[in-house]
Amino acid sequence: MSEGLVWLGTPAFPQAAKKALADTQLRRNLGKATGTIRDKRLRVCAELDDWEQLRDSAAALKLRTLRHLPRYLEQLEASVTAAGGTVHWAADAAEANRIVAELVKATGEREVVKVKSMATQEIGLNEALAAEGITAHETDLAELIVQLADDRPSHILVPAIHRNRAEIREIFRSRMPDAPADLTDEPRALAEAARLHLREKFLRAKVAVSGANFAVAETGTVLVVESEGNGRMCLTLPDTLITVMGIEKVVPTFADLEVFLQLLPRSATGERMNPYTSAWTGVHAADGPSTFHLVLLDNGRTATLTDQVGRQALGCIRCSACLNVCPVYERVGGHAYGSVYPGPIGAILTPQLAGVGHAASLPFASTLCGACYDACPVKINIPEVLVHLRAKEVDAKRGRRTPTVESLLMRAATEVLASPERLRLAQKAGALGGRLVGRGGRIGPLPGPFHAWSDTRDLPVPPAESFRAWWQRTHPEENDR
Amino acid sequence: MSSRETMLGRIRAALADVPPEERPEDVQVPRDYRRSHAGTGADVLDRFAERVADYRATVRLVAEAGLTAALGAALTERGVRQLVVPEGFRAGWLPTGPFTVLADDPQLTVSQLDAADAVLSTAALGIAETGTLVLDAGPGQGRRALTLLPDYHLCVLRADQVVGDLPEALERLDPRRPLTFISGPSATSDIELDRVEGVHGPRTLDVVIVTE
Ligand code: SF4
Repeated sequence: MSEGLVWLGTPAFPQAAKKALADTQLRRNLGKATGTIRDKRLRVCAELDDWEQLRDSAAALKLRTLRHLPRYLEQLEASVTAAGGTVHWAADAAEANRIVAELVKATGEREVVKVKSMATQEIGLNEALAAEGITAHETDLAELIVQLADDRPSHILVPAIHRNRAEIREIFRSRMPDAPADLTDEPRALAEAARLHLREKFLRAKVAVSGANFAVAETGTVLVVESEGNGRMCLTLPDTLITVMGIEKVVPTFADLEVFLQLLPRSATGERMNPYTSAWTGVHAADGPSTFHLVLLDNGRTATLTDQVGRQALGCIRCSACLNVCPVYERVGGHAYGSVYPGPIGAILTPQLAGVGHAASLPFASTLCGACYDACPVKINIPEVLVHLRAKEVDAKRGRRTPTVESLLMRAATEVLASPERLRLAQKAGALGGRLVGRGGRIGPLPGPFHAWSDTRDLPVPPAESFRAWWQRTHPEENDR
Repeated sequence: MSSRETMLGRIRAALADVPPEERPEDVQVPRDYRRSHAGTGADVLDRFAERVADYRATVRLVAEAGLTAALGAALTERGVRQLVVPEGFRAGWLPTGPFTVLADDPQLTVSQLDAADAVLSTAALGIAETGTLVLDAGPGQGRRALTLLPDYHLCVLRADQVVGDLPEALERLDPRRPLTFISGPSATSDIELDRVEGVHGPRTLDVVIVTE
């Protein structure tokens, strides 16, 4: 049911978040999962005393790559081709889907197995293939849960993070024909059921579709980082492998992987290394697929690259650490963002990939606390991009229609802050007004036009005495300054 | 215009702020991180053993004289009946026991591999800090499917094949070969973000290190 970058028909973030907040089961599931992973991540990152140096290096490598992207993509194309692969260029989702569907049809097959990939979710590949009569089987456990439940992904790495073990058991029992009758909610038993369900599909698959975590320009080597072995199954057993990757996934040299492979697993699942990482270069004689296609995807990435502040979002290695540390994500979950890219990275990536006007509320879906920036292994300054995109959105609105309540409030604030005398008067009025409105030390919803703004913000009641008033009272000798 | 030209054109236009004379190496990349976190000498081997064990894989250190016996004991203990042995695995290391040995020549079918219950392979190298084995389809490792389908993977490597950390490992690997980095048995973190061992890949991994 995930049909691309932005899910049409889903409410804007504020409404969706309100609904999600009322779901106590969801909040419990998310709180438990993100809490577990946060602890593990901190522990393994602390083992490396050069973690900050690794982050700096990764950020610089991404910068180098983005600033010289044409050269690296051409180099990648040449090295993949030299190693026996075929490279395709797809300007948008529709073109990428068409390329993949045609490649599958050319094999005469009607079924593909898939390794979890954000790029193919972003372009809605499964739905596009279904329209062409091709069935795509998701093989990652969480992706399988989402697909069986006809649900949507809610996390980059763990798409079924909003489900707990009991819910997963129910999904398997009702939607998986071969699920054992006595299936328990033990994670081990659930994993075993998935193993049995998918085994025969792996063994007969002739075509696989994957994403890529990295692709090395210098050598043409493509990497998939995974845990379950479903990736290895897809990458080695079928005759034909089709990999769809965003153009920003290219890295200059094989040696550069020494930085990313230290950062990614630790940031993602809090492990020193994920169970399996597969690296292949074109096709390998008598080992794995005999045909390899690499589809390079734009789909809004070049537009994102145009924005000198916003382009850093293209450095993302999809570790999902920013989601796991985000207080907003932890409370509302991934679905509220209405996109395959939720959380802090989604809030800056989705609106840029989708273009102006789409997902306009997302850059506001953050408290700007900065936890995401601290956690990000490639040092993407998410708060900076959020503020930048907010400003762009406000500018766009200003051009569109009459001022919003928020812009009026901000304009009033500018006026007040422009003069010390006006600030003093406003603070006096605020102290009075605050005491009238305050309930339990907080200002709750305000009436009238201020409703929309104050509804989502609990303000502490202004102190009876402002800092300025206190200063003047206690430092009379400095009053003339 | 082809999509290739369209995309490259869009990228060049988007990067109008990058001076035309700038070269990739003009964007400085600091490299002051460590080449290894695993110490030196005997520490490296200890670290490797400790880290592999962290993934609930077993690690045994044996002298070469005792290797065949150790491999035989491991296979017997796991109740192996059909053992896949990739081409190039040293004949002198091969144990005998109550199991049939399957060679991949001619290539075993997918169902034969699925029916086999174990594979005995070597590895290209081991990475101490992360407890990782790297396979590169070299002698004794075979094609990738051999170490994937059987449910039990018994892997042998020499102590001098263990390097400290990822940077040292990548230096020694040839990217033109198919590479598989293996850290413990197959696992998932998809249920409540808790790690559970055993999904599609081998559910049991034993590592034997030959010390001399
Ligand atoms: S923005 Fe950074 S922290 Fe978030 S998913 Fe991407 S790489 Fe990870």
